[in-house]
Amino acid sequence: MSVVMPQPDEAVLARRDRIVTALSAIVPGEGVIAAEREMRPYETDGLTAYRQLPMVVVLPATTEQVSRVLAFCHTEGIKVVPRGAGTSLSGGALPLVDGVLLGMAKFNRIREIDYDNRVAVVEPGVTNLAVTQAVEQAGFYYAPDPSSQIACTIGGNVAENSGGVHCLKYGMTTNNVLGCEMVLMTGEIVRVGGKHLDAGGYDLLGIIAGSEGLLGVVTEVTVRLLKKPECARAVLVGFSSSEDAGECVSKIIGAGIIPGGMEMMDRPAIHAVEEFVHAGYPLDVEALLIVELDGPQAEVDHLIARVETIAKSCRAMTCRVSASEDERLLFWAGRKAAFPAVGRISPDYYCMDGTIPRARLPQVLKRMRELSEQYGLAVANVFHAGDGNLHPLILYDANKPGELERTEAFGADILKLCVEVGGVLTGEHGVGVEKRDLMPVMFSEADLAQQQRLKCAFDDKGLLNPGKVFPTLHRCAELGRLHVHAGKVAFPNIPRF
Amino acid sequence: MSGTLKPRDAKDVEAAVQWAVAEGKALELVGQGSKRALGRPAQTDMTLDLSRLSGVTLYEPEELVLSAKAGTPLAEIEALVAAKGQQLAFEPMDYEPILGGAAGRGTIGGALAANLSGPRRIKAGAARDHFLGMTAVSGRGETFKSGGRVVKNVTGYDLCKLIAGSWGTLAAMTEVTIKTLPRPETEKTLLIHRLEPARAVEAMTAAMGSSCDVSGAAHLPAAVAARLPVGGVARAGTAVTALRLEGVAPSVEHRRLTLQALMQPYGELTSVGEVVSRALWRAVRDAIPFAAGPGGAQPPLWRISTAPTRGAELTALVARRSPAQAQMLYDWAGGLIWLALDPCDDGGAALVRGAVAATGGHATLIRAPAALRAAVDVFEPQAAAVAALTKRVKDNFDPKGVLNPGRMWAGV
Repeated sequence: MSVVMPQPDEAVLARRDRIVTALSAIVPGEGVIAAEREMRPYETDGLTAYRQLPMVVVLPATTEQVSRVLAFCHTEGIKVVPRGAGTSLSGGALPLVDGVLLGMAKFNRIREIDYDNRVAVVEPGVTNLAVTQAVEQAGFYYAPDPSSQIACTIGGNVAENSGGVHCLKYGMTTNNVLGCEMVLMTGEIVRVGGKHLDAGGYDLLGIIAGSEGLLGVVTEVTVRLLKKPECARAVLVGFSSSEDAGECVSKIIGAGIIPGGMEMMDRPAIHAVEEFVHAGYPLDVEALLIVELDGPQAEVDHLIARVETIAKSCRAMTCRVSASEDERLLFWAGRKAAFPAVGRISPDYYCMDGTIPRARLPQVLKRMRELSEQYGLAVANVFHAGDGNLHPLILYDANKPGELERTEAFGADILKLCVEVGGVLTGEHGVGVEKRDLMPVMFSEADLAQQQRLKCAFDDKGLLNPGKVFPTLHRCAELGRLHVHAGKVAFPNIPRF
Repeated sequence: MSGTLKPRDAKDVEAAVQWAVAEGKALELVGQGSKRALGRPAQTDMTLDLSRLSGVTLYEPEELVLSAKAGTPLAEIEALVAAKGQQLAFEPMDYEPILGGAAGRGTIGGALAANLSGPRRIKAGAARDHFLGMTAVSGRGETFKSGGRVVKNVTGYDLCKLIAGSWGTLAAMTEVTIKTLPRPETEKTLLIHRLEPARAVEAMTAAMGSSCDVSGAAHLPAAVAARLPVGGVARAGTAVTALRLEGVAPSVEHRRLTLQALMQPYGELTSVGEVVSRALWRAVRDAIPFAAGPGGAQPPLWRISTAPTRGAELTALVARRSPAQAQMLYDWAGGLIWLALDPCDDGGAALVRGAVAATGGHATLIRAPAALRAAVDVFEPQAAAVAALTKRVKDNFDPKGVLNPGRMWAGV
């Protein structure tokens, strides 16, 4: 592990037994796990290169228990790491050796489905897919669809502001939640939003979404439900260069078309996938584009024809429109299996997640090929082409000494490249521990200090998920200190009226 | 000391706030002052006029992004993107007609600080949903940035969301990046006539629950519809329930037929084409039936957000208890209510707050004399834990209370 976590609190570790006893009183029965063997499943999340056993695992079942656990930890100065299903790809749920791992899996009920107001009120441990499954008979669905949707939970989606392949058109989690109940580190319970639109005051829900479990523990979420589009059709287009594919994406958007999904794969990804899924992808192309249009039949037919015309004008080598729902799903089966497909051809792979201005794609891919040669590690690319979110998969073998370290260095170079061309470190996977130390590439000290001050408003002792997102931890008192420029301000130079 | 500071650039803004911090002075942040009469009257020592921070700095239509200095006129941005066949999908409303000013003013910074939206809120979101990045000066006099110049980004806390709708109480934005989206090729609006509010909400609920992709759903009782500056609709002399469809022509027509069949049981239907539809939704967006007349009376006007199906129930509660006349316009399929009351001592605060407490949601006193806005809560009062959290957030951005202090709540 190449990332340094906060210094363990020896005083807390020394009274572990008493802490476990006190927590067992709050969450009785099997809600507290202290045996090493039973804590093992919690030592890592979707970023398996990082592992750490927590001090103790607590699985509360009610908001009141969450409140009491957090209040206790706040009083005792004990760190807490919240966890949903543990599918984070950035180490957001990585435990701390002196911390409580707060698992929210028991919050697994859908509390209310309100079709008339087009919302569902769910507990945070409900999986993303379960929300859609609960409402699909009535023709509704929950729009954000991260690839891990079978397993990942709504609470985790809120923490990470998860996206998915459809978020260009339908938005990320933050655009699809209306309210939540949340417990602060002090144990205070706050409710934000509800079934209505917009907050009555500061948009606290907007900062809770994507706060990576550093601000509070969500115990209930109100999500928006959308009516399923009448139909969907996809076009599979192959190009002889990523430049042509990129031009096609730009022209589609330039023509005023926002597809439901628009995905790109490069040659290594296409080959890995085709071998695995046999989706009928062309193997003689450098870049493959899946463009999906959804909506009423009349609209989809109209737009598909326009997309075909645009693709041909961009020198498409192949262009296939799905003729049936089965064929559309087959087009997607390949893309959706991209990660496991790469997993088949390499002992390990490391999934990166940066966003770039789309026009810079050819330049970024070229530089990535150079880096690939320099590091001696192959890379396959899948790309949410519509919004510029790039997922390079670096192929490596963890059993070869030094290869993981080389992979991480390669990954860091890719993310720095994303920032250099005007993009960002993470489009949907979060910062977590993985990109924590790269934050200064994108943000100045002042930028990071202001973000941490926001944390101070929620968690004055810095006990909630410390060691994630921010490379350097500062005490709130230190962050709050105000530098007054008395007598040195260039005020007289500003035009006055 | 009073007067106006007019910074030339972001550096000047930083210096002005640093001066205010050092001298213990409170600043009133304004762009073009188009929303100045909204909120609690601020007790400030100096005005910080950000209108010279103007100009679009980046516009890449195919990347769907636009950056501009915070004081750039919204009208300039809307014209620029329209020329490329795009729009600000959050359909920012113009508060000026109801506040008694000239229409068409306001800056992009003001639009974001007030988290503006319009009828398309139900489909495309509010300003917050299209706010991608910013550079701002906190009340500490420190410049910081958040977000980025790409449409998909989760790097660090999403401070843009927090600044959207904070009414200048946390930071002075100097430059912002927003998402631009294609402008629909055409639009049509289906009108249902003569519905009572409760029945209209049912019709709008059915329309929103269909796959017709309705992008505007409003109900105007007859007296309110009559004041629309849209001849074709006002002259009908009936209550009007309007459902907007936008998109490519074949799709709009297809959905109009589907929606028409679905709405048949609710009453008499007519439909209007692009030109009338655009004028209608612009009027609904700006609550034009409640526009202040020249020098005329400006009765208290409330803007209430609630669960759509509770909209008619909420207004029924108000109407039942109100001793005087109450008039309403329903947008957002019933979830947004513009409520005009006859003038009274508290502007109807007790009545409205009581009704909102029963149905859920929040209410803002948009228009009232300054003395009244100082005496009653303008923004929805918060539960104790949320109020305390709000105060801590304010203190961590603006510990000395130099930026628009008290604009939203006393002490914030």
